[in-house]
Amino acid sequence: MASFTTTTSVHGSRISLGDNGTLPPGGDSGGRFDYGSPHFEMRLRRARLGLGVGLTGIAMIFVSFTSAYIVRQGLPTFDPRTNTLVHDWLSVPLPGLLLINTCVLLISSVTMVLARRQAARETALAQVASIPGVSLGHEIKIPWLALTVVLGIAFLTGQWIVWRELAASGFYVSTSPSSSFVYLLTGMHGVHLLGGVFALLVAGAATVLRWPLDSRLVVLDVTGWYWHFMAVLWIYILCLLEFAG
Amino acid sequence: MAGGAGGGETIMSTREFAAHESHAHAAPQGFIRKWVFSLDHKVIGLQYYFLALTAVFVGMFLSLLMRIHLIWPAVALPLFGEIKPETYLSLLTMHGTIMVFFVLTTAPQGGFGNYFLPIQIGAADMAFPVLNMLSFWVTFLAYAVMLSAFFVTGGAPLHGWTGYPPLSALPSAGPGEGAGADLWVISIALFCIGALMSALNFITTTLDMRVKGMSMMRMPLTCWAWFITAILGLLAFGVLFSAGILLLLDRNVGTSFFVPLVTVNGILAAHKGGSPLLWQHLFWFFGHPEVYIAILPAMGLCSQLVSVFSRKPIFGYKAMVYAMLSIGLLGFMVWGHHMFMSGMSPYTAFAFSLMTMAIGVPSAIKTFNWLGTLWGGRIRFSSPMLFAIGFVSMFVSGGISGPFLAQPVLDIPLHDTAFVTGHFHLIMGVASIFGIFAATYYWFPKMFGRMMSESMARWHFCLTFVGTYCIFMPMHYAGMAGQPRRYSQFTELHYLAPLIRLNTFITFAAFITIAAQFIFLFNLFWSMKYGKKASDNPWEATTLEWTTATPPPHDNFGGRTPVVYNGPYEYSVPGAPRDYVMQTDTTTVAAH
Repeated sequence: MASFTTTTSVHGSRISLGDNGTLPPGGDSGGRFDYGSPHFEMRLRRARLGLGVGLTGIAMIFVSFTSAYIVRQGLPTFDPRTNTLVHDWLSVPLPGLLLINTCVLLISSVTMVLARRQAARETALAQVASIPGVSLGHEIKIPWLALTVVLGIAFLTGQWIVWRELAASGFYVSTSPSSSFVYLLTGMHGVHLLGGVFALLVAGAATVLRWPLDSRLVVLDVTGWYWHFMAVLWIYILCLLEFAG
Repeated sequence: MAGGAGGGETIMSTREFAAHESHAHAAPQGFIRKWVFSLDHKVIGLQYYFLALTAVFVGMFLSLLMRIHLIWPAVALPLFGEIKPETYLSLLTMHGTIMVFFVLTTAPQGGFGNYFLPIQIGAADMAFPVLNMLSFWVTFLAYAVMLSAFFVTGGAPLHGWTGYPPLSALPSAGPGEGAGADLWVISIALFCIGALMSALNFITTTLDMRVKGMSMMRMPLTCWAWFITAILGLLAFGVLFSAGILLLLDRNVGTSFFVPLVTVNGILAAHKGGSPLLWQHLFWFFGHPEVYIAILPAMGLCSQLVSVFSRKPIFGYKAMVYAMLSIGLLGFMVWGHHMFMSGMSPYTAFAFSLMTMAIGVPSAIKTFNWLGTLWGGRIRFSSPMLFAIGFVSMFVSGGISGPFLAQPVLDIPLHDTAFVTGHFHLIMGVASIFGIFAATYYWFPKMFGRMMSESMARWHFCLTFVGTYCIFMPMHYAGMAGQPRRYSQFTELHYLAPLIRLNTFITFAAFITIAAQFIFLFNLFWSMKYGKKASDNPWEATTLEWTTATPPPHDNFGGRTPVVYNGPYEYSVPGAPRDYVMQTDTTTVAAH
């Protein structure tokens, strides 16, 4: 009888690193982000990886909406009065306030970068300050993180006003499929951005509650990337509504 | 039986300690933190498992009611009384939804994946334990919302598990399409959120938390299957979530994404211009990968078991990995084969048909590799192996009718018949369930520290194996003879009269098969208390879960971190002291 039994042989005791000879990622702390914790870089990498995977899932949600947007835009509907097929896709005049909101969000992305740099600098200085005999002078600090939260809330408030302007000009959720998508896309983006505001508040609370420095930095780092993603996503949505609508 | 764990474990270095300690959490003491809102992946895995166990009995009960009604339409049924056509459709909808989402998706991935993925790659927990806990409780909430649809005015929805609009989008379209359908959509959306969080955790854990020496190509095929399933879930559930949001808006806000100009009971609905086919495209872009989300974990487990119980390395490890990747990739390109009936362009249908047939290639690779592993092996017919072989049988039997339905010219006459019911129940339902059974019998000793009764397991296997074939094979013939699916009654249709006896046979087979599941249920709970004490490695297997204590301690490896030196399927290695070489054994096996 034929046999598929392996023809392997046993060698002496030695560590093999697998078929490709590479070790999986480990918890080496010797990287450039060594903020005192022995596993800061590992936590940061894991959090960023998780964020990247999560953002892929969020991206799929908006890809689906985009697909539905394009398909629905091209569909005709039957008009029983004229007994013909007509298009019910109306062009929605986007309020100019959206551009101001966009600027607010982009500025918040910049303040987010500054907030992260500030936190990294404070962490590094805290290590220096912990050396006996070394003292650091006082400096005026701009609360970049708080400013980002304020700008985020300002953006959401602006979006709410945009909704009211749309309603005032006669475009409700069910007026036309085009207006449905305007409300849907801005609303879904707003919900996700609200999650970002909540994450920023957690990052701020982490400072107040004196979490370990590395934990604060990890939260701030992934929140920052999430915030930038929300800004890019908003630009995409705005372009879709403006140029494909 | 050699019960000891393999050697080769080392006291962890500072570097490894940092890698594993950073996310580890202290063992909780109170009941609530230990068993309810637990962060421990093992407890969460068990929570998913028992949620699915509850769901499967609800689903089976509903299917039994449908089978009884089909052959005795005048009989009033317990809890439901007289079965009207709309009641039958509610049973059908809830049976399909509960089984697909809360059993086939939940148990193999959420249950066993959660419990064993971290242990098999040498990690102390999942990457994000809090997120893991949240994903379970969101799933639990989704299940509660789904069941609550039975108890609202109008009862459960009747639009089928696929939720096709305009029926699903119009609250006035039927008795279950009011609050019941809203709850159905909300439940599905919640389930998607839970599944997305879970997928995030699985992918990050697999990529970032493998222990030293555990390269990707040294992972057990179970881990590969869970990993690929998570990727499919990440890409598919977001799409279903979006579709669910659009459907909710159509139902409650008056939008027209999916609803065309339509009249309900002679009244013009306040919608126009929407496309039911848009829902179908979005739904099936999720729906077909969902088939693989259900069955890939079972494929991984089957690969594991045929190797362990044949005492041979898996035939073609890399081919198995690439086949699973191919199945996952192709799974996203074939959704149109569920829509041949929609009148799509023949050219589009041809493309979908071709891609669907192409899935047969990696599927055949897997099947022949399983057979190649069995061939010439010293097979141990233990209960996990019986169910693994049963899985292969169901996979082949159910899969072989796939190429029939992949061709538009054959699909159009068969699509709305019992042929399709038989096909997808064998390939997606029963095959996956056999994987769940195999996993239960295989890992029960590790999870609960005791062996399940082998004699009860054999009875369970025999009755279930024969029973499921008796239920679903005749459906293929009934379908070819023209028996439509989703019809609540057919006994009065003259042309189907010859099929009444066949359907009676199917219903009795269902009775017996469902009764056999109580043997399993009894065995499960009885063995937890009275089963024979299990050693740490009762099956003489090689992967990491068998190197730790039974049941595993809170941090999985008792404060140590294993180092991996070997592949996962080193059996019958010439010159080795035993017929298996643990992954942690320092005697290294040459690549082959």
